[in-house]
Amino acid sequence: MKVIVWLDEGTWEACVDAAREIGGDITLMHVVDVDTEAAMSGSAGLLGRVSGADPAELLAAAERRLLRAASERLDRTAETITLRGRPEREVLSVCAGADLLILARDGDRTRLGPRSIGHRTRFVIDHAPCRILLVWPSAPPSAGPVP
Amino acid sequence: MITVVPLLLLAGVLGFAVARPGGLPEAVAAVPAAVVAVATGLVPWRDALHELAGLGPTVGFLAAVLLLAHLADKAGVFRYAGAVAARWSRGSPRRLLGIVFVLASVVTAALSLDATVVLLTPVVFATASTLAVRPKPHVYACNHLANSASLLLPVSNLTNLLAMSAAGLSFLSFAGLMALPWLAVIAVEFVILRRFFADDLGTPAHPEEVDRPDPPMFALVALGLTLAGFAAAGPLGIHPAWVALAGALALAVREKERAGTLVRKANPGFCLFVLALGVVVLAVSRGGFGALVDRVAPRHAGLVGLLVMAGLAAVLANLVNNLPATLMLLPAAAHSPGLVLAVLLGVNIGPNLTYVGSLATLLWRQILHGRGHPPVTGEFLRLGLITVPVCLLAGVAGLWLSLRVSGL
Repeated sequence: MKVIVWLDEGTWEACVDAAREIGGDITLMHVVDVDTEAAMSGSAGLLGRVSGADPAELLAAAERRLLRAASERLDRTAETITLRGRPEREVLSVCAGADLLILARDGDRTRLGPRSIGHRTRFVIDHAPCRILLVWPSAPPSAGPVP
Repeated sequence: MITVVPLLLLAGVLGFAVARPGGLPEAVAAVPAAVVAVATGLVPWRDALHELAGLGPTVGFLAAVLLLAHLADKAGVFRYAGAVAARWSRGSPRRLLGIVFVLASVVTAALSLDATVVLLTPVVFATASTLAVRPKPHVYACNHLANSASLLLPVSNLTNLLAMSAAGLSFLSFAGLMALPWLAVIAVEFVILRRFFADDLGTPAHPEEVDRPDPPMFALVALGLTLAGFAAAGPLGIHPAWVALAGALALAVREKERAGTLVRKANPGFCLFVLALGVVVLAVSRGGFGALVDRVAPRHAGLVGLLVMAGLAAVLANLVNNLPATLMLLPAAAHSPGLVLAVLLGVNIGPNLTYVGSLATLLWRQILHGRGHPPVTGEFLRLGLITVPVCLLAGVAGLWLSLRVSGL
């Protein structure tokens, strides 16, 4: 079984933990968001004065750290894929030949609907060409009344 | 009639400054363009000299502030800020956003937008990355506030420095009038970013053990004294550029920075570019554009006048970039401090709209994208479209109120 694990900042640990329980051929995947890169790439009033750190390098270094931490947490051999673009689109393109995609939910849990799941996550859930496993990023809420 | 040649000169100067072919400094195109403007009689040489003499102290001030920011970075001020942000946020993305807003607003106001973009943004990214927080809302906050929070002090933005001398405002009266618009604009940005990035800010907090570095006391005290000196310099009849230079020298001695590095970090190439740009813009204004601006620009600093002026400045900043827009509009506004400050609202907030400051730059970015330059993204443009009009309205309302209260 080919399992893809989508690692996103803030929620990836729960996905790796789920992958450990499931097994199969695991691929750890991370996408560098071009919007973040755009936001780090200088500002209008500067004209040509931007001479700081290269945003692409900063993002790539952070990505390497994240993947290393994820591999250690998984504690077994796994393939890794790194991509750059709009995350929701890139994730779908990788899922084409997979059996299962593991991802974590994000969004505003105090809402009843549709923004209770982040819009990127929702897009992937809606369009993934494989089975998906959606996990809580931290402990699941206790059984009781919904918001 | 508007003469075409000066406009072509300006387009060439700005296009070169954005593209920087072969990594050449901006001045490589700007200085010859200024020489052409004078040699062809578009600008009489006396007027050119007068313009240069007027811009000189302002450009010197800019150089000293750039130096101050670099030395503060070397002394560890920004690293310390990152560590404090990490500790106080306790791993929560929302709390970190609030702290980043305070940091970016203060750094932009005190050390200019360059410091926020070049020095603070990488630190904020590293902090978010260490805390396993999605960095996007926080780096967007830096990027937006570098423009929209550069309203408070004359040193926050080169446009402000240009305007301060044009309007004849003192350092303190500038800050006093702009405090309310500054706070209003930051509040608007906070509310909108908080909602816009609700998904990314909703991930669980990861409380991490972070180091507790010693504060760089000497640098922090030196920066504080320099800022106080800016306020005190006016009444004493000293140009604040000298205060900035004194602060920078104190830090340079303490940090044992080499003279060569100091000169490089003061960015003489860029300073030369600003001087040359001033002459080229003078040619544009004399070529009929000045008369056009005079006809369109409002005369009175009432609420409507301020709003029209700020809107005009924002549009012009997005058409030709904010520095030339400031230089073009200041002569039409110089008779009224209120209108000058409205120009600043427009040219400082406006650049968040197209994210690179001008349509020309935007097109260049699209062309350069294939060669490893960052892309122009829909999300960025959408956020600008939401924030800029609301920030302009809030800023103008704040300025109008400040002007009424102060009786100017």
